[in-house]
Amino acid sequence: MADLPLYNPGADLALFSNPAFRPTAVQRLALALVAAGVVAVIVALAGGASGAPAVWGGLALAGLGGGGVLWALAGLARPAGVRAEGTMFSSNQARGAVGWAVGLVLTGLYVVLYFWPAALGGLVALGDPLSRLLRGQPATVANGGQWFLYTTVYTLAVAVMGVRALVRYRHSRYHVVRTLSVMFFQTVIAFALPFFLVRLGEPELFFLYTWPLDYDLFFPWKVAELRETGRLGVAMLVWGVALIALITPVLTFFFGKRWYCSWVCGCGGLAETAGDPYRHLSDKSLGAWKLERWLVHGVLAVITVGTAALWVAAVADVGWLDAVAVGFSNQYGFLIGSIFAGVVGVGFYPIFGSRVWCRFGCPMAAVLGLQQRFFSRFRITTNGGQCISCGQCSAYCEMGIDVRWYAQRGQNVVRASCVGCGVCATVCPRGVLRLENGPDTSGARRAGAPANNLITDLEIL
Amino acid sequence: MHVVIVGNGIAGVTAARHVRKASAGARVTMVSDETLEPFARTALMYIYMGALTLAHTQMYEERFWAENRIDRVQDRALSLDPARQRLALRDGGEMPYDRLLLATGSRPAIPPWPGASLPGVQGLYHLSDVERMERDTRGIRSAVVVGGGLIGVELAEMLGTRGVAVTFLVREARYLPRVFSEAESALVAAEVRRHGVDLRLGAEVARVEGDERARAVVTADGERWAAGFVGVGTGVRPHVDWLGGAVETGRGVLVDRQLRASAPNVWAAGDCAELRDPPAGVRPVEPIWYTARLQGATAGLGLAGRVRDYAPGVYFNSAKFFDLEWQVYGATAGDGDDWERADGARSLRIHHHDGAVTGVSALGVRLRQDVCSRWIAEGWPLDRALADLGAARFDPELTAPLLA
Ligand SMILES: Cc1cc2nc3c(=O)[nH]c(=O)nc-3n(C[C@H](O)[C@H](O)[C@H](O)COP(=O)(O)OP(=O)(O)OC[C@H]3O[C@@H](n4cnc5c(N)ncnc54)[C@H](O)[C@@H]3O)c2cc1C
Ligand code: SF4
Ligand code: SF4
Repeated sequence: MADLPLYNPGADLALFSNPAFRPTAVQRLALALVAAGVVAVIVALAGGASGAPAVWGGLALAGLGGGGVLWALAGLARPAGVRAEGTMFSSNQARGAVGWAVGLVLTGLYVVLYFWPAALGGLVALGDPLSRLLRGQPATVANGGQWFLYTTVYTLAVAVMGVRALVRYRHSRYHVVRTLSVMFFQTVIAFALPFFLVRLGEPELFFLYTWPLDYDLFFPWKVAELRETGRLGVAMLVWGVALIALITPVLTFFFGKRWYCSWVCGCGGLAETAGDPYRHLSDKSLGAWKLERWLVHGVLAVITVGTAALWVAAVADVGWLDAVAVGFSNQYGFLIGSIFAGVVGVGFYPIFGSRVWCRFGCPMAAVLGLQQRFFSRFRITTNGGQCISCGQCSAYCEMGIDVRWYAQRGQNVVRASCVGCGVCATVCPRGVLRLENGPDTSGARRAGAPANNLITDLEIL
Repeated sequence: MHVVIVGNGIAGVTAARHVRKASAGARVTMVSDETLEPFARTALMYIYMGALTLAHTQMYEERFWAENRIDRVQDRALSLDPARQRLALRDGGEMPYDRLLLATGSRPAIPPWPGASLPGVQGLYHLSDVERMERDTRGIRSAVVVGGGLIGVELAEMLGTRGVAVTFLVREARYLPRVFSEAESALVAAEVRRHGVDLRLGAEVARVEGDERARAVVTADGERWAAGFVGVGTGVRPHVDWLGGAVETGRGVLVDRQLRASAPNVWAAGDCAELRDPPAGVRPVEPIWYTARLQGATAGLGLAGRVRDYAPGVYFNSAKFFDLEWQVYGATAGDGDDWERADGARSLRIHHHDGAVTGVSALGVRLRQDVCSRWIAEGWPLDRALADLGAARFDPELTAPLLA
């Protein structure tokens, strides 16, 4: 199944005449606001906002945030239901020039953020008023203000695009509740709570994450540091161990990895909100699936071996191992934590879809995936022989799962990578798919034999 | 053994897969004129709407065909010589076969209205119809869709996504009266209107007016509807004219219970087949996806030497009217009574006769096929089926049940 070409000139032809896109007055106003926000950002980047950070910051917020929400709300004018029309004509969503431009800007911002944060000085200053409010200190590159700005923008993206997802999927209670869940976890637990802790003089803690995603949580020096910070630091360590060793296997057994990947996690939260317009760009080929298994399990193996080596080095005090271990930690942080999760994972949304990191890189997803594949009740049940092979489910699966391959054979879908977003079941025009985690009533067919062919004594193609 | 399959729709593809699985040695060639890559006809509307590309609708990745040694030829079969076991192809000369499957599908049946052959008047069946529609609907403001079948609604939905004002002319006094209860017809009609379509029931088309292209549709009672485009969804007929008298045909290629045609070593399956002696409750020609798939599987096994009766099991079908999904199982009309519940947006109807459930029809409610089929196959009493409704639910998690 060849997908959209990597650069799709066809979508650009429709740039000003997408036959399925006729913006309303409200949408035009929203676009104008977003444009104003972009201008404010550019002015700030060029250093022009230093005189009045609150004004320019307010303009950027009102433009990008307010404009975004207005745009999302304009979707209410269309009837509730699956409204995917025009997606493949859209220059932004179908790898046309707009999509590439957005991708390059995002990637570029990540690269600058990681490697030349000083260049963001003008922009970081926009966060100053909010930083004083939340962190009790100014926002400068010297005190990590760029990271404050980054988390703020990230959270804003989840919130604003979350409104879009709520409007878009308002006909489905599953999606509404799931979207509210990721919005809550990102805004409150991942964003507000850590700053609140800092204000209380406690360490900045992120309770949503544990090893191996929070890759250095169990590194020897991090453990020592957390123990030094007192009760809350120790509690974080205990929580981290419980999360990966106890909560994760139990919840995944009953609900599949979705309880984390599309209900709780911040990376998943961004993918399900800001990434939703690009979800269909994931690669569905068999080759991509093979690559996924090598990469995601490879990353898990590396961080596991690496963490173990760090402890051996720390405990056994082997001099040369120490050097290797520290080198490993730095390299992993750079290659996986920065380049893979950020630059590629988010920057390439408009090119490779919204879950590149979750699918190919995230070691937490690898753990959850192994549990889901082998020790979980979760499955996507195929409704007998109802599939009409239309391809909607595969097209809109953000994890690149060729759902139709299973559905048209009447087979349930049990795949390590499935994050249980439920979109395949929602877009299916024939009600063929259902996310389920109850005991299998239809005859122990978690991923068993296909149901809708006549050869029961043969393994069908 | 060389198995040749004419037509790469769901019937032809399913047959090819079954031949390959049942017989590792057979040479399998699939000849079809429309596209080299088999695609899902059911998804044509989504290509026009821009929800999918043609590539998304292709049923298998390209490698599948080589891996399973299914050869594909893009060509048109012009005639069949059953005595010499040969097909005449338009481009490829003669193709001999040991066993042949005819799976040529349908073509739109456009009623012979005056003006029906004007440019801008068309049905929707082949990929070329979508291409033509794309060309002929550019820049138009209004369109008329004729025919209250499933294709008609799809045409109306497609045109709506282009901002075209659609008038939807349906001959019957209510929507699909032979299939739906009155409440169901009303629910579907409301859904169609909710999407801005001007649905006109009891409207019989008299003629299409136009000059170098269609401009308007005039109904029998003299009303005139402006139409830059006229979409016709009045039905299909089997695509069998090309066969001449090579095999016996009625409406379609006449086949026996094992799906064999009148000539030796020739089978037929899918939309183009007509059962001489259909099993109880089965129509001789049933132009739907699921039938084509089941017949393709049956014929595929037959071609591979494992001849068996076509036994489709409990009937089922499904469709979507804009945002309203429909599932139907068994017999929902005819003798008997209805048990019916609706909440204004959804409905569920169980048809029962002589103390046994005979059919189920659900709008906006997803049901589990194996559960509903069991009720019908085993003739469950209504009360027992109602008590089992929970097991039949297939709605997404967190959906409020229709019956609390
Ligand atoms: C828009 C649309 C939506 C539909 N939606 C549904 C639905 O939701 N549910 C449902 O049950 N059914 C639906 N149907 C009906 C369903 O698609 C058909 O019943 C099914 O595709 C028939 O499959 P088939 O393999 O018999 O024939 P086809 O799919 O028609 O395939 C036959 C192929 O053979 C080719 N061919 C014909 N003659 C020759 C020749 N002489 N030489 C070479 N090649 C030839 C044709 O070009 C065609 O490609 C829909 C149909 C359409 C058009
Ligand atoms: S298979 Fe379905 S539920 Fe799973 S990730 Fe893909 S779209 Fe989401
Ligand atoms: S499962 Fe549904 S969406 Fe997927 S191919 Fe089948 S009918 Fe289409």
